Amino acid sequence: MDVDLILRVYPFFLQAAWVTIQLSVLTAVLGLACGSLGAAARLSRLRIFRIIGAVYVSLFRGTPALIQLFILYFGGPQIGIQLDAFEAGVIGLGVNIGAYMTETIRGAIIAIDRGQTEASRTLGLSRWQSMRYVVLPQAARLMIRPLGVNINALIKGTALVAAISVVELTYTAQRYIGSTYKPFEMFLLSGTLYMIIIYATGRGIAWLDRRARIT
Amino acid sequence: MSLDFTVVPQFLDVILLGVLWTILITLGASVLSFFVGIFFAIIALYAPWFVRLPFRAFEWLFMGTPLLLQLFLIYFGLIQVGIDLPAFVAGVIGLGLHYAVYNSELIQASILAVDRGQTEAARTLGLSRMQTLRYVVVPQAVRDVIPPIGNNMIALLKDSALVSVIGVSELTLSAQQAIGRTFRPFEFYVTAAAFYYAINLIMEAVQRRIERRIALSR
Repeated sequence: MDVDLILRVYPFFLQAAWVTIQLSVLTAVLGLACGSLGAAARLSRLRIFRIIGAVYVSLFRGTPALIQLFILYFGGPQIGIQLDAFEAGVIGLGVNIGAYMTETIRGAIIAIDRGQTEASRTLGLSRWQSMRYVVLPQAARLMIRPLGVNINALIKGTALVAAISVVELTYTAQRYIGSTYKPFEMFLLSGTLYMIIIYATGRGIAWLDRRARIT
Repeated sequence: MSLDFTVVPQFLDVILLGVLWTILITLGASVLSFFVGIFFAIIALYAPWFVRLPFRAFEWLFMGTPLLLQLFLIYFGLIQVGIDLPAFVAGVIGLGLHYAVYNSELIQASILAVDRGQTEAARTLGLSRMQTLRYVVVPQAVRDVIPPIGNNMIALLKDSALVSVIGVSELTLSAQQAIGRTFRPFEFYVTAAAFYYAINLIMEAVQRRIERRIALSR
């Protein structure tokens, strides 16, 4: 184990970890937006929206995220979409994880007993009101943990943007493995930073989940 | 530059070869992850603490870091210690170990869910601890865990695209080779996606059939 080397290169890995954190946060926000829209579409009364939602989930969960990223970043310019690598990474990964989040959010909503909706409709609430004031508050609590699993996968998934040369943790590790021939040291350094990010996120989600249970 | 999918058929042989390799990698890594997963589960549950604790650390490391990073470690790390594996083998080992850790979590839960009475009865009938595991507990645990392991295998198919970065010429790298000659990334990546989607649909159909048979055998 080459400790001197680790001490020499770790500032670059810290910078890269900051890029990984930015990627993760932006991807999570976009993923939640896509997931909410997707779930709304899949639960819509209109058949056309249900079909669009189902096709979105099936296509994006049925093909590798790496290929989706490549289509967007390398194929995009052919259809008039010019993005830099970071933007393509956030959009590609966000839309991809959104398909998984669609199913998580939809699952939590349909897990709420139908009697709840029926009761609130009988009491005179509109369809939207019963969703907004009765079903969603309960479903939101159910979805925190499974969304946490999605977010955990998303953080590890940000490593894929190394393949389109975004200088984040995995790309940095790969570059230093190439220049120093010390794969174990570089793995240890970047792996530790990933685990810190994932552990901190996990604690945050557990905290949210606990709070949601109390109220 | 407009889209032109008519160039795709000229490279169909390259792409189909890539499909074949993708299927081989997925199958190889799935089989590896299944058996190693059982092995890991038994270590995690029954090994003495001085084996179990380092193993837990290993498991934790594999679940907490990206697969892509692990592939780099396995491919370049083995070269560093003097083992120069072909990229295909390194890819199968990397994917297989990664998913073995996930399968192990499922199998552990499933082993613990097998009724204690089963173990007690087997031991009373004179089977050793090892025999009880081998012939009584593990077969029942494995049956329950096949549907979620099927999900892991479908996830593995999609993650097999990652081994293109260590130079395994599977579907993704085949598409890249065709792109290198034609400069048409959109067409060939969409083609690759279509093949992945098709394999994915086939695997889902097989999984549904197996699940039905398991449901019937109960």
